[in-house]
Amino acid sequence: MNASPRSSVAEARPSWPWALLAPGLLWLLLWFVAPLASLVPMSLSEPRDRFSLAVNFTGRLDNYAEVIGQYAPILLRSLQIAGSASLIALLIAYPLACWISFRGGRFKGLLLGLVVVPFFTSYLVRTIALTTLLADQGPVLSLVRALGLDGGLESIGLLSDGRLLNTAAAVVIGLAYNMLPYLVLPLVVSLESIEPQWLEAAADLHAGGFSTFYRVIWPLSLPGLSAGVVLSLIPGLGDVVNAQFLGGPNDRMIGNAISNLVLVQGQAPKAAALALLLMTLMTGAVLAQVRRHGSRELTAS
Amino acid sequence: MSRIAARLLTLWAGLAYGLLFAPIVVIVLFSFNLPSGRFNLIWQGFTLENWLHPFRDRALTDAFLTSLSLALAASLIATVLGGLMAIGLSRSQGRAHGAIELLLVLPLTSPEIVLAASLLNLFVQINLPRGFGTLVLAHSLFCLSFAALTMKARLGGVDWSLEAAAQDLGATPLRTFGQITLPLLAPGLLAAFLLSFSLSLDDYIISAFTAGQVIVFPLYIAGAFQREISPQIHVMATMVLLVSIGLLGLGLGSKDGE
Repeated sequence: MNASPRSSVAEARPSWPWALLAPGLLWLLLWFVAPLASLVPMSLSEPRDRFSLAVNFTGRLDNYAEVIGQYAPILLRSLQIAGSASLIALLIAYPLACWISFRGGRFKGLLLGLVVVPFFTSYLVRTIALTTLLADQGPVLSLVRALGLDGGLESIGLLSDGRLLNTAAAVVIGLAYNMLPYLVLPLVVSLESIEPQWLEAAADLHAGGFSTFYRVIWPLSLPGLSAGVVLSLIPGLGDVVNAQFLGGPNDRMIGNAISNLVLVQGQAPKAAALALLLMTLMTGAVLAQVRRHGSRELTAS
Repeated sequence: MSRIAARLLTLWAGLAYGLLFAPIVVIVLFSFNLPSGRFNLIWQGFTLENWLHPFRDRALTDAFLTSLSLALAASLIATVLGGLMAIGLSRSQGRAHGAIELLLVLPLTSPEIVLAASLLNLFVQINLPRGFGTLVLAHSLFCLSFAALTMKARLGGVDWSLEAAAQDLGATPLRTFGQITLPLLAPGLLAAFLLSFSLSLDDYIISAFTAGQVIVFPLYIAGAFQREISPQIHVMATMVLLVSIGLLGLGLGSKDGE
């Protein structure tokens, strides 16, 4: 019913869609494809002098070898920090997504909206609020000390000299916080596909709570889970803000390294090489995710 | 699900919401703080002073106004171009379809720092001086993908046969567009515009690379970490939050009404 008039419009005016698509495509070519392409010659160049962004193209492949050698430890640390953050966020988000999907009832839309509302304020002002919460005399550390947990947390490396702010732990906390909606939304999309009858059927077949979870809920949530992990790792791995404002000088991530190379050191060619490596890594992960599970959960959020 | 497990799940969800809203509570609370030094980071005492003079911090107000006009320009471009693309995509099933969708998704799945560095690189190469203009170009680019995909999702429920019906009844193409097509598209266009607007208002990294000497709201705040965190920052963040919640409430309300 719906399809026939649509296709007849397309047949009657075959040039229509292209006229509609062209301006946007041109915009994407000019300000997405062209800039990325411009990184390729830049990554093979040498800076002309220290204080300008001018370069000479010399076809210098050594930039890649040098940035890999120099920044591999920072890339690994970024993977560790973003990976821990994603794991922590997942531990918080998974039960929350289950609760919203199975117990939300007619408030499901509102409950999902509430997950997103905190992200309507400025990212950087939220980060200021996190510094207030994590400060030495702030509420989080006061609670930890009141509960007598500071010694224990210190020994497993979550606190350094009784501090949270300006440590890697603070960067992980900040990232995990910002990852929550990226995990909750695709998980809920996946869990929605579970019909309540299936859970009843599992109970009828004498499956206990655990085996219902393990055999029904968990496998059906996997597409949402992997989409959520990918969606949270993309901004997490490339993040600049949390390491810059919550971390110490030794907690810099790969995004800070690129930013520093361009804006402070005037090393645009190395920054370009590093950026292209990061881009390849992440695009590969996204394409692998789409190939394995489709794009429903990825684009739904 | 056993009752204990259900209770635990509810408790966990409550804690998770508490966590999600903790920084928001701090922002709203500290907009009423009376800080003793230059940094509004420690609670000192309650005052209405900041709300009575929300625009006292001139540099902050200027940055905020710049951000508003940037967001307006970028979202208008993104909504028009993205809207056209979404309509084009919903009316074509060609081989290029998948490739175009991939091209739209890629800016969203690229690390922001890479987009930022690449845009700066291009602007330097083509000798385009950085400033408000380059900010608009850069912001309209990342908003375009969000706008087009938001529109596309909304177009799924649009009944295009109404258009054909209008034409069968003798309406001119212009009249069909004005009276049928545009009203059908309006909710999606509005959603795309508002999403673009809030993304642009909030962007820090791409702005840091493409702004030149222009200072937008997130750049001002980044500088404030070293200089002075005035309570007016918290007031403005609270205002943005209230406006966003209001618009979201309106959106949910109108959806329920239909």
